[in-house]
Amino acid sequence: MSNEELKNIILQITPDAELTEEGSEFLNATVKPDQLHFLAEKLRNDKNTLFDYLYCLTGVDWISNFQVVYHLESTVHNHRIVLKAKITDRENPSVDTVSDIWKTAEFHEREVYDLFGIKFNNHPDLRRILLEEDWKGYPLRKDYADEANIVEL
Amino acid sequence: MNFNIYDFTDFVTSVSNWLNEILSPELAVITGMAIIGIIFLLFIALLGLSLVYIERKVCAFFQQRLGPMRVGFWGTAQTIADIIKLIFKEPLVTKNADKFLFNLAAFIVMIAPLLAIAAVPFAKGLHVLDFDIGIFYVTAVSSIGVTGILLAGWSSNNKYSLIGAMRSGAQIVSYELSVGLSLLTIIILTGSLQLSEIVNSQSDGWWIFKGNIPAVIAFIIFIIASTAESNRGPFDLAEAESEITAGFHTEYSGIKFAFFFLSEYVNLFIIAAIGTTVFFGGWMPLHLGNLTFFNNIMDFIPPLIWFFMKVAALLFLIMWFKWTFPRLRIDQMLTLEWKYLLPLNLMNLMLMSIVSLNGWHF
Amino acid sequence: MFTLLDENGKTDTKEFTETQEYFVNMGPQHPSTHGVLRLLLTLDGEIIRRVEPHIGYIHRSIEKMCEKDSYQQVVHLTDRMDYLSCHINNEAVCLCVEKGLQLEIPERVKYIRTIISELTRIASHQLWWGVMGMDLGAITSFLYGFRDREMITDIFEETCGARLTMNYNVPGGVMFDIHPNFRKRTKDFISHFKKKLPEYDELLTGNVIFEERTKGIGYLSKEDAISFGVTGPSARASGFACDIRKKIPYSAYDKVDFKEIVFTEGDSYTRYKARIAEMWESMHIIEQLIDNIPEGEFKAKTKAVIKLPPGEYYQRVETARGELGVFIISDNKKSPYRVKFRSPGFSNLFALDTMAKGCKIADLVAMMSTLDLVIPDIDR
Repeated sequence: MSNEELKNIILQITPDAELTEEGSEFLNATVKPDQLHFLAEKLRNDKNTLFDYLYCLTGVDWISNFQVVYHLESTVHNHRIVLKAKITDRENPSVDTVSDIWKTAEFHEREVYDLFGIKFNNHPDLRRILLEEDWKGYPLRKDYADEANIVEL
Repeated sequence: MNFNIYDFTDFVTSVSNWLNEILSPELAVITGMAIIGIIFLLFIALLGLSLVYIERKVCAFFQQRLGPMRVGFWGTAQTIADIIKLIFKEPLVTKNADKFLFNLAAFIVMIAPLLAIAAVPFAKGLHVLDFDIGIFYVTAVSSIGVTGILLAGWSSNNKYSLIGAMRSGAQIVSYELSVGLSLLTIIILTGSLQLSEIVNSQSDGWWIFKGNIPAVIAFIIFIIASTAESNRGPFDLAEAESEITAGFHTEYSGIKFAFFFLSEYVNLFIIAAIGTTVFFGGWMPLHLGNLTFFNNIMDFIPPLIWFFMKVAALLFLIMWFKWTFPRLRIDQMLTLEWKYLLPLNLMNLMLMSIVSLNGWHF
Repeated sequence: MFTLLDENGKTDTKEFTETQEYFVNMGPQHPSTHGVLRLLLTLDGEIIRRVEPHIGYIHRSIEKMCEKDSYQQVVHLTDRMDYLSCHINNEAVCLCVEKGLQLEIPERVKYIRTIISELTRIASHQLWWGVMGMDLGAITSFLYGFRDREMITDIFEETCGARLTMNYNVPGGVMFDIHPNFRKRTKDFISHFKKKLPEYDELLTGNVIFEERTKGIGYLSKEDAISFGVTGPSARASGFACDIRKKIPYSAYDKVDFKEIVFTEGDSYTRYKARIAEMWESMHIIEQLIDNIPEGEFKAKTKAVIKLPPGEYYQRVETARGELGVFIISDNKKSPYRVKFRSPGFSNLFALDTMAKGCKIADLVAMMSTLDLVIPDIDR
């Protein structure tokens, strides 16, 4: 399915999604965090889109906001899309989990929680995954400072 | 004192007489025991050293490499260096381990092969114990070792050790049956449990040749079952290092670990020795029908050399298994024993009885 | 409570024996986790009820380090992720940077990269094969695997001076031209290994014990494989055609003819077979390329300080373990704004719980071998 058709489908599901192809090889759909789970579930289950393979899930700290980036692929239709959840609340960032849609998300979300401190609502087992349980701070945030362990050059 | 390389009966008797001459009867018995004890301890130490070296070289041969080469000529001093290292290592005991049983276990596993080796007939007249129930004695005492393994696993306070010990318990109890029954198959032919009698009954040919097909089946079962009984690959589940680190001896270090290590190799030797005695004529030379010249040459080779040559051949076979096959899983191993080996063994026993009754063996 | 659990973990109605589940920490120091992986096993006797992987023991925050490094330096760090497919990791970053720069890469570079990638894949699978045997208790296979791997590492050493973490790629090309002996030695290796690979089958594949240990064990369905994001030979054994080399060809993969190895059984034995078959395919790819390496530059001209135009770049490559994704966000500075490595091992590992339920400890070891985990790749 071409990007144009995908655009239409996404706009039907979430009319206020920001769609862009600029600066990326994929179609990027940025939505509010509370819409993401709804959109993702629709895209996963719709016969025409069938995005069954979540090949990358990560977070980005844009200082003004957080983004959780979902790279999706359909193994049937062989088309790809990038979903982005834009989280403006820096103090208490949260987004609904998609681990009930793609099992792999459970662990990638734990990693994002671990390194960015973004909470995933309804996640079955939200704990730190790479760092120790008592680690302070979220290292991949841009304002993370650790003079002891990071050498600034 | 008349020393004869082909028959040690006179030599042993004369030593015994000489001891009785110079000492009081009680003291003579005690001295005799002490001498035998020292000889066996030295023998076992030497056996352990050489078997570890041989195992390494055989393993290297199968793996297309050289094995130990640096310490001593062709690495011959490597095991001595290892023993020195093990002696100087700190004997660690885990926290909350049952210290008494933990220490006892290492000795029990060592005692079993020490008891069993006493019954092995090395050459004519060269054995310590020659019970009329020799085979029964060997199978009985060699299973004392499992007590040590279970104790080691239990007292270590380590789950891996416990799993290893439980596996080992299940394994040895099961395979004991097959070992016993496969030996029993040959006992039908010999009519005696006495090891020297069994050897003597093979003076005109080894049982593996004389015993017809059932003897060959019995030998195959024996070699499989006894490999399993000694916890060696492909049946090394009790110490499967890729699954349960080192199984029952995970927590042992230093000289106590060396005991476990040594007992494995002495057990290996005993298996090969019993296999040799029962199936391959013990120290009896190879005779081929009426070829007098060939038979004379064979007779010229001393029985001790015959014995150790046969043992070495069996050892090589057992090592060959170990370095070729992957390990079985616990349920597969028990299935093999209870569903295949044991029924086969019982049928083989029947077959051997029929063969024996009709005189179809040679 | 008195219950008897049968083989499948179902409660038997004849209740007469008491069982209690217990925990075993497999790792972080354990011979068959191949590194510092910790698996918290919930066991019922020998039967596994639950596997909970605990990772992070070798987490070196490579993604954070990348945010301070220049693009050339980022390449170095990827060697330390999946060290067995180090060249392919390097290639992924270089391709991603080249994509951002819209750099035209000389044909020669594409060929060299593809050949060395395939050699890396063979070397990785050889090591995997050896370790697989060792995990199942057949130690000899380990030495066989290493014997043949030695020839490949020798070729690497001659090419770039390093044997394991090669760091041969740079954005724009490769660091040096190939050695004059490269062609001959690679061809020697191929003809040598074609004789030796059947030997692998003789030692393990046809062995009764090996088949018993792996057939029907650790089943992973195609749906689960996709949902868990399992990739590489492990997923292709379950019928998930996920080979990036076919799906989105990069380097010289669009110029060669090769089969994507896909089986449908999805058990340990099939995963094993898939990797063995991949070695044959890799040799086939190398054979097609080795005589046709075009003459030309071994490196495109790049600036000393690389700055990617602002944007997001995603490059997917097929490592020996599965799909590696490199996600670079640039804000037109000399170091990336954010780098994410989607490592194959991370996703593959977490399918273990689904696969291992109801199996025995020994099966878990076999399963982990067939997933071919490299722990630094998981932790990054």
